[in-house]
Amino acid sequence: MGWITPLGCDIETVWQRLQAGKTGMAPTTNFDASKFPTTFSSEVKDDFDLAAIIGAEAAQRHATASLNSRFALGAATLAWRSAGFDRQAPTDMSRVGIYLGGGEGPLDFEPFAAAACCGWDSEQRSLNTVKWAQVASERLDRMKELEQEPNLAASHIACHLKVRGPSYNTLTACAASTQAIGEAMCILRRGDADVMISGGTHSMIHPLGVTGFNRLTALSTRNDEYASASRPFDRTRDGFVLGEGAAMVILEDLEHAQARGATILAEVAGYGSTADAFRITDIHESGRGAIAAMRLAIEDAGISTSDIDYINAHGTGTEENDKIETLAIRTLFQEGGRKAPPVSSVKSMLGHLIAAAGATELITCVLAIRDGVLPPTMNYEHPDPNCDLDYVPNAPRKADVCIALSNSFGFGGQNDTLVVRKFATEPRP
Amino acid sequence: MNERRVVITGCGVATPLGIGVDALWDGLIARKSGIGPIKAFDAGGLKSRLGAEVPDYKMADFVPKTYRKSTKVMARDIELAVVCALEATRHAKLITKCTLARDEADGALSVDSTRFGANIGAGLICADLQELAGALQTSGDHASGAFDEQKWGEEGMYQLTPLWLLKFLPNMLGCHVTIVHDAQAPSNTITCGEASSHLAIGEAFRTIARGAADVCICGGAESKMNPMGVMRQQLIGRIVAGGDDDPATACRPFDGSANGMVAGESGGLLILEDLEFAKKRGARILAEVIGFGAGTSISSWHEPEADGVGAALAVENALRDAGLKAAQVDLVCTFGTGINGYDAAELAAWKRVLGDRRDVPAMALKGALGTSGAGAGAVDLAGVVMALHHNTLPPSANTERAATDGLLKFAQAGPVDLKIKSAVSLAYALSGSQNAALVLRRYEG
Repeated sequence: MGWITPLGCDIETVWQRLQAGKTGMAPTTNFDASKFPTTFSSEVKDDFDLAAIIGAEAAQRHATASLNSRFALGAATLAWRSAGFDRQAPTDMSRVGIYLGGGEGPLDFEPFAAAACCGWDSEQRSLNTVKWAQVASERLDRMKELEQEPNLAASHIACHLKVRGPSYNTLTACAASTQAIGEAMCILRRGDADVMISGGTHSMIHPLGVTGFNRLTALSTRNDEYASASRPFDRTRDGFVLGEGAAMVILEDLEHAQARGATILAEVAGYGSTADAFRITDIHESGRGAIAAMRLAIEDAGISTSDIDYINAHGTGTEENDKIETLAIRTLFQEGGRKAPPVSSVKSMLGHLIAAAGATELITCVLAIRDGVLPPTMNYEHPDPNCDLDYVPNAPRKADVCIALSNSFGFGGQNDTLVVRKFATEPRP
Repeated sequence: MNERRVVITGCGVATPLGIGVDALWDGLIARKSGIGPIKAFDAGGLKSRLGAEVPDYKMADFVPKTYRKSTKVMARDIELAVVCALEATRHAKLITKCTLARDEADGALSVDSTRFGANIGAGLICADLQELAGALQTSGDHASGAFDEQKWGEEGMYQLTPLWLLKFLPNMLGCHVTIVHDAQAPSNTITCGEASSHLAIGEAFRTIARGAADVCICGGAESKMNPMGVMRQQLIGRIVAGGDDDPATACRPFDGSANGMVAGESGGLLILEDLEFAKKRGARILAEVIGFGAGTSISSWHEPEADGVGAALAVENALRDAGLKAAQVDLVCTFGTGINGYDAAELAAWKRVLGDRRDVPAMALKGALGTSGAGAGAVDLAGVVMALHHNTLPPSANTERAATDGLLKFAQAGPVDLKIKSAVSLAYALSGSQNAALVLRRYEG
């Protein structure tokens, strides 16, 4: 496992900070957001040093990589190392694949905006595309344009680690990396690869990214209280906090892992994916898609709802998501005749890493299982009658976690759920 | 492994040759070219003024009346996907929420919504430049281009509609299609440039084979027919030089004297079904999907892999999956874009796979259709389905001087009768490292 997050760039440090309830939020520095409706975000900090992770020579070779691709290279290399592949690479690299949920590389905003302004014909009140093209062709940079393609992060990883197997990128908005990990698991199960590098990477902390979310009124505007602005499930929640970063896991066929004597951290046991097919702007009010995704993942893992010890929620801190996710969880567990297990959202500390969010949360589940600790939902002060589950408020909790469930839901009604389980050598009944 | 068989029962395409798979096939057979001067905007400032544009259509003809308002938040890429989705369901005679709402069908839904999935490839969707520039110019200096982020944050951004972002999210192709047709089963958006359609269709193939859905609508769509879409390709150095080329012969796949691709737009969505499910509903089976494979290039993330190893791996994996030997391939559908380096790398890949075979019947559609990005592969596959269905090798425009060392044989003057049992199609990302291949077979029970 490896990640590059607003709370740090190595697994243990970030995990300690998540248990301690630290926040990654601060005034935005990627651009001048001082007059935007939202002036803060959860940025990756100066402790991220790609050259220190991949080596100066490799960093030079990937010098034109976008922020997305840089996060991805860092996280994937750390994951590769933690799996022991830096010491002994897999013998057949054509059996190693990549499945990422990678976002678009950030728009090269300054020259893009300049071309738009210079090309504007005030008399015609329209863009003169001929004039625009002159300025655009002079000022835009070819590599920065190329780097906006969402498959570039996976491509950088492939070139750096020499991965020859099946390679994909999905971009199902905020559900992308959960979906990527689920699909990677399906590829391994079928035997189309032995090892998959999977996870996500994203940064939308750029002028048009923040503009887009601000216009949707999806972001918290609690500029004066930014450290506690992300308030999943709290009655006073007013939107999510945009984050950035990458998180990667190495998934491996069990026999392949055992044959090389790998340390097995956990088992990805189930995956469910559905579409709401309802509206592009709203989640279905009954939570039907979310319920179906959780149910499919549970069935896929061959377990029942009563086996689940912990749920890592999508929990964005928007009015709608948290209400409907709660309803979906409650409905699913009522059907199973039991109370829902503890639920928490690390977005209260990390912010929302969009395409990369699901992978950070899967890693959190693995650590919760390993250490028997549930990370808290921070900034939870005001109970909401619509959100009535146990959210592990404000402090971590010791708990035996054998099976955890991780939800990710994307704009437009994409629902993806993973079941992750403590690894046991003996097959379960 | 106990997997279900998967068949293709419908193809919906929107290409520069028209809307619908018949327009595509008839146009190819008649050797029509979809390439011409760009009409979508004034391309006078660009290096090439040629494009491959889909002829006019009305969105109201492709959605239920109640959904017409939503078509206002669709980028062109999304529109193409929605058009292709209805075309595909019509072609497969699949009764969906949309065909019922449009009174094009009656009776029960052909497939339960929770067993109906969508895997749709998408590109990097370009924001509508007129709309965005109109907003941005309020906050910048028109002479120097200096931009005031504070002014934008305070006032400028409110020029954009609240839903602006949703017009350009890649997963909105899939979201609108699943909403319109009520497809609630696994839904994914693959974004791997020109390899997207093949990867998406491959994933749909696996999803049905393992039983997670009975029917999937799959493929991809993309439009590069906007100033930024063409500009990107110009900056990267891929589009044909010399804007005054004869449109019909501007793009010449595998021709050593070729000088680039023609940027275009297109979409293609196929209906894939579990064989038994298709038989039960009495569907017309157009072809069977028997193999899928993917592979990765590692020499560069922005240049072709000269030795073709990554692309060859994709084809070899697909053939192994299909249980076919290279000698059993009756038709090769190339991706040939007319960009020298990529065409040479692709040829190297086919040599690796096909070995010492000679004159393997082949098609290369981009000479007539240009290169759209994420939609291109699905259009190729629709062409392959039609070739299988008609036992006909369609002519490939501008391949007269294609130099393949005797490996591939394209039809030129007109269609050629060809008994086709198995065909393989390859696609690969131009920016990026992904390669994917699919093997289709005539369905013979």
